[in-house]
Amino acid sequence: MIVNWYRYSSPISFYPLAGRLARVFGVLAVVFTLAGLYIGLIVAPTDATQGDAYRIIFLHVPTAWMAMFIYLVMAFWSALALGFNTRLSAMMAQALAPTGALMAALALWSGAFWGRPTWGTYWAWDARMTSTLILLFLYLGIIALRNAIDDPRRADRACALLALVGAVNVPIIYFSVQWWNTLHQGSSISLTAAPKMAMTMLEGLLVMTAGVWSYCIAVTLARVRAIIVERERGAGWVASLIAPQGAR
Amino acid sequence: MLETRSLAARRGFATLFQGLGFALAAGEALVVSGPNGCGKTTLLRMLAGLSAPAEGEICWDGASVRPFDAKLREAVAFNGHLPALKDELTAFENLAAWTTLENERADAQAIDRALADVALARRARIPARALSQGQRRRIGLARLSLSRRRLWILDEPLTALDSDGVEVLETLLAAHLEGGGLVVAASHQALPVPTANLRPLDLATVPGGSHG
Amino acid sequence: MSPTAVPQPDAASVSAAFAWALGRDLRIALRSKAELGVQLMFYVIVVSLFPLASSPSREVLATLGPGVLWTAALLASLLSLPRLFAADFGDGTLEQIALSPRPLPALVSGKMAAHWLTTGLPVAVLAPLLGEQYAMDGTELWILAAALLLGTPILSLLGAIGATLTLGARGGGSLLALLVLPLYAPVLIFGAGAVDAVRSGLSAGPQLSLLAAGLLLALVGTPFAVAAAVRIALD
Repeated sequence: MIVNWYRYSSPISFYPLAGRLARVFGVLAVVFTLAGLYIGLIVAPTDATQGDAYRIIFLHVPTAWMAMFIYLVMAFWSALALGFNTRLSAMMAQALAPTGALMAALALWSGAFWGRPTWGTYWAWDARMTSTLILLFLYLGIIALRNAIDDPRRADRACALLALVGAVNVPIIYFSVQWWNTLHQGSSISLTAAPKMAMTMLEGLLVMTAGVWSYCIAVTLARVRAIIVERERGAGWVASLIAPQGAR
Repeated sequence: MLETRSLAARRGFATLFQGLGFALAAGEALVVSGPNGCGKTTLLRMLAGLSAPAEGEICWDGASVRPFDAKLREAVAFNGHLPALKDELTAFENLAAWTTLENERADAQAIDRALADVALARRARIPARALSQGQRRRIGLARLSLSRRRLWILDEPLTALDSDGVEVLETLLAAHLEGGGLVVAASHQALPVPTANLRPLDLATVPGGSHG
Repeated sequence: MSPTAVPQPDAASVSAAFAWALGRDLRIALRSKAELGVQLMFYVIVVSLFPLASSPSREVLATLGPGVLWTAALLASLLSLPRLFAADFGDGTLEQIALSPRPLPALVSGKMAAHWLTTGLPVAVLAPLLGEQYAMDGTELWILAAALLLGTPILSLLGAIGATLTLGARGGGSLLALLVLPLYAPVLIFGAGAVDAVRSGLSAGPQLSLLAAGLLLALVGTPFAVAAAVRIALD
């Protein structure tokens, strides 16, 4: 059997599929997050050295991973958009940017609240925090560029190019910040020196990660649907879609 | 030579024109007219290979071309509504820079002659910022006179030209068409082209542009 | 994108295109020397403000020095970036450049080279003089100049990408800063780090090598990215 993937590369056929997937992942996000919070806040034991403060990692670590990962996914869609001039890929990249920025901001925010009890300060120039901060700037740059260009097609291509340039630079930025941090031994505790993982902690972390994943997928797909409707509102199929009797 | 098939242009959600098809042969001049905002400049930029059509295709010399196609870049001389002049450089330097860029073999004498032909001989060596609007347009004419490109794309070539300038343009266009060149021009006024070569296109009559 | 073979530009046409753009931009820059002088003065003034904001003590200034001299170089580069393509975009020159039969990556490379020669190079030459204000000695000054010579071209190259992407976009200058400054971070780290290394008795070799590697990478990749961005901006 041959699956016709090209069918889903057009916004018209992707729109209903995205709607179904968004609902599925939305439900999964709620289930996983509740389960993860239950494990993380109630089942997991209190840590001997850090007390209950460590529990923020159940939010911090998954969001930090997602912040990084979403940038790569965004660069992937951007490459497709530039290479094959596909509208849907550009819309996917556009939909991912705000979620990526949110993840980076959450990672920084939760990191700061973890830093307060462990380092005694909200902000230490830890290598990962600094890299995540720069990553947040990269996301904000892409969003700002999108907003500054009126023609959506031009904005698509400009943002795609910027995302690719950023993707080449992200490893270099991470490496340079790591280098800079080891040369200036500032903070004594790094976030990697987290308490020894108990099995339940790992479980909680994985379940929370699944929750954050599902959330990001659901939100991105919902946003793609909104972008499709916004961009194609001139086209007939969108009009029939919005009218109740024409809905699929 | 130059052919379009079901060409469409959009701006935002508005369709400027669609289903535009024409074929232009050697020695013909397409003069595009229509009210402001009907997509004349957009069409010219598409034909020059600066922007991609929303739909349809453009063929040059029998082959379909995409924006910035190498073959098209060898063939097109584009005179947009922007003068592409550097205020810091003299008229002569501006012209010399363009002929070098476009690989037109024009020596200093040829450039001086071209400037003399558009009555700029005495202003050739002063910075372009001291030139008037009409004189700037004349540098564009001098550039066309040095050009051996086959397809001239001219956006409102009559703007700011006095009667002498129009005469110069008329001579240039006649010689170009005589030699088998093609012209696409957007113009509100009648372009001084022999009627036999003239192919008018009123964009207002092309479907899609209902918004006027 | 089309299946027909695209003629590959040969070395002669690439260097001719590079030379054309370089020569033209340098000539224009030399006709507006005052502007260049103002940019250099900006660098001098920013560097001279930091002692006023902190303290004239030599120990404090010695710690701040490399960072200040480099941060100011970043800002000076950023300030001069809009000039790189905006004027050509505004007067229609960029259209003609993009429509010319010559290879666009080579043409924009010439422009970027002219930008570095008129902004980065003067800063690299001037910085050792200003280093004296920050209690730097002989070797440190040489390393500072070397690091700036390797690093400022990267600033011009990366900055050119941001400058072309923001052509015709709203909010020009500050948007450009948001796009470009995060990308500048590694250059800042290795550039200022080179001087720091020498000060603490280490070799600046690793930092300078990394800057050189970054410069090579930028030299190879940037012309194509900028050429693509120019075409996007004109669409």
